Amino acid sequence: MGLENIIAEALPEVLTTQLDSLINWARKSSLWPATFGLACCAIEMMNATTSRNDLARFGAEVFRASPRQADVMIVSGRVSRKMAPVLRRIYDQMPEPKWVISMGACATSGGVFDNYAIVQGVDKIVPVDVYIPGCPPRPEMLIHAVMMLQDKVSKESVRDRKDIPEEEAREAVVPGTLPVTDGSTARQNTLPESRPYTIASRHERRRSS
Amino acid sequence: MTSGPENIEQPTEQSTGSESTPSHPLVTALQREHPEWIGEVIHAFGETTIIVPREHIVAACSFLKTWPEGQFNFLSDICGADRGVEEEPRFEVNYHLFSTTKYHRVRLKVLLNEEDTHVPSVSGVWRTANWHERETFDMFGVIFDGHPDLRRILLPDDWQGHALRKDFPLRGYEPYSLK
Repeated sequence: MGLENIIAEALPEVLTTQLDSLINWARKSSLWPATFGLACCAIEMMNATTSRNDLARFGAEVFRASPRQADVMIVSGRVSRKMAPVLRRIYDQMPEPKWVISMGACATSGGVFDNYAIVQGVDKIVPVDVYIPGCPPRPEMLIHAVMMLQDKVSKESVRDRKDIPEEEAREAVVPGTLPVTDGSTARQNTLPESRPYTIASRHERRRSS
Repeated sequence: MTSGPENIEQPTEQSTGSESTPSHPLVTALQREHPEWIGEVIHAFGETTIIVPREHIVAACSFLKTWPEGQFNFLSDICGADRGVEEEPRFEVNYHLFSTTKYHRVRLKVLLNEEDTHVPSVSGVWRTANWHERETFDMFGVIFDGHPDLRRILLPDDWQGHALRKDFPLRGYEPYSLK
């Protein structure tokens, strides 16, 4: 358009930018995780904020005990079936925009706990933005995940993020209601019954529809 | 009944056989006083197990707690066990008793058929039995008659089945879904 050049010449003290870039820059520079330690991964999560690893360099060190003040939920550890409704409620209580990091093998897939007591992947309950492998992951891996999440945040549009009614949010991730993703139909005969589906994150689905 | 640290250093070759070992004096004393409580006595690995008929378990427990020679004032544990679907009797409930004054232990065992998994509650004897019995109910479906609050304690409230039974599938009956 060239409009920004005209403005820059006429008003040199004014900086023009896209609204998305400006807001995403503010959002990604101060991610506030919710304090939600579930297992041994939580020890590494705490360690990521210590002086040695210093997550504060990337603006995500303010762990909040209230989900109302948090942007990121770091699911650090195995999610038992008894804990799953609690986790979902905490996620529902977080205001938009909100993101989820699934930390470690157990939160991502159930890990070694392939049994009745553990939810086989936290993505059956909440939409996950970044997965971290490892058992437990090192603090550096969590920091890397935060940086990946910052990349993801910077590519979003403000219009993707708004509070939706709780009923709709709950409806959106009821397992089994979503189409099976690519490749899994071919492997359907060999996959165990307990993992028949995966869930895309919410704004990914909204874009495709 | 093992009697504390002096028994630990003894070689266990004679204590592993159930027939060859002479009974502990406390067991013989108990047998003399209440023979109807004792179904069978098993000595193995330096431990004593008394199989108690189900209807006598509360009387035996309250007696052992206050008995001057026993003084089993501490209930270490109550746990269930599933011997297998085809076994008869299928279930057992184990009571691990310990005396903090005499420093000895004994295990009481109640055997149960699959059709009738009722046991009288001992939560009136030791109050700590409350949660132990809830856990045994939760995991094995053993029903403790007279328990003040027999609810699930570890598994979610809406859980179907009893998770530690041998015929319970390892991954549960259905994949998780939030309802």
